Amino acid sequence: MSETKRNDGTLDRREAVSVLLRDPGDLLVVTGLGAATYDVGVLGDRDQNFYLWGAMGGTAMIGLGLALAQPKKRVLVVTGDGEMLMGMGSLASVAAAKAPNLAIAVLDNARFGETGSQHSHTGLTTDLEAVAAACGWTATATARDMAEVEALRSRLRAEPLFAVIRIAPDEKPRFIPPRDGAFVTERFRRALGIVEN
Amino acid sequence: METPTWQESVFRALKAARVSVVGYVPDAGHAHLIKSAHADPEIDTVVLTTEEEGIALSAGAWLGGKRSVMLMQSSGVGNCINMLSLPVTCRMPFFTLVTMRGEWGEFNPWQVPMGTATPHVLTQAGVHVRRADHADDVAEMVGASAALAFDSHIPVAVLFSQRLIGAKVFVK
Ligand SMILES: Cc1ncc(C[n+]2csc(CCOP(=O)(O)OP(=O)(O)O)c2C)c(N)n1
Ligand SMILES: [Mg+2]
Repeated sequence: MSETKRNDGTLDRREAVSVLLRDPGDLLVVTGLGAATYDVGVLGDRDQNFYLWGAMGGTAMIGLGLALAQPKKRVLVVTGDGEMLMGMGSLASVAAAKAPNLAIAVLDNARFGETGSQHSHTGLTTDLEAVAAACGWTATATARDMAEVEALRSRLRAEPLFAVIRIAPDEKPRFIPPRDGAFVTERFRRALGIVEN
Repeated sequence: METPTWQESVFRALKAARVSVVGYVPDAGHAHLIKSAHADPEIDTVVLTTEEEGIALSAGAWLGGKRSVMLMQSSGVGNCINMLSLPVTCRMPFFTLVTMRGEWGEFNPWQVPMGTATPHVLTQAGVHVRRADHADDVAEMVGASAALAFDSHIPVAVLFSQRLIGAKVFVK
């Protein structure tokens, strides 16, 4: 089979994420390992952010568990294309669970950026938005310019939306939010008023 | 399918432990629990495409203040290993009930490798392993193991031995 490389995205990842998370309020945010964690962390550490530094492929399902446990809150998963591809089955599990308060934004640079920018499947043959739609996500979108990112900002806080954001492949300086998982977990739960359960 | 009463009591033990999220990849040995969970309006029951999803689901539920359990068979343990770093690193509970295959009257040789490895790989990955062999103490073991997981914030697996569940009959 021939390799069809789609055009690289052009959006600045930091600018796109800063629009998505502008005035976050009490939005609960789960970030996939690597650059998504740095992009969210650089905007300012929040108790309602749960940063992953590992557990590759698990971000969407963490979002689902959280959304089921906190049905009155909005949950936003922000992750990379490589991380989403590893947990592609979770697109089916999340769609089937029908949590209305969960949305996913994939920062798609068509690369495994963290590990040396190798091409990922989204730069080769895979269309993640189409995968999500085929899994049963009824609301899906792809943003290619900042106006489309701006439009996603409110939709991601109102709908069970799966959105792909076509970012440029260049790497940004690392920003290091807390990586002690036990600390971030306890802080997150306290922010929700959970002490023991 | 007739349901042994110990499976009813396991479901009651999960309810008593305030479990309200159930993730599963089906196993015949869990069929009764899966059905009971789906029928219970207080439980969110989530079918998974692979077992590692259940670990992430449990972690998210814990972050949001809910207790969960994952139901799987021993072959599924092999799909979990790296994701177990999540509860271990985050000092979160993780609670799973594992139906054992490949150890007692097994007909299918493909079940033997993971069945043999299951207690060892779980232990190596940081999970506390308990084993239920007898119908009369399985509910008590589930209750105590749930308390261990949720009160001490550690990953705990209860293995339901194949002798307890009954070996699957292939040629009827
Ligand atoms: C299970 C597992 N496999 C591989 C890795 C190595 N790894 C770390 S980040 C990453 C790629 C992330 O790519 P993507 O999610 O697209 O993020 P990007 O850096 O491109 O924004 C990989 C393969 C890992 N941490 N865990
Ligand atoms: Mg990427």
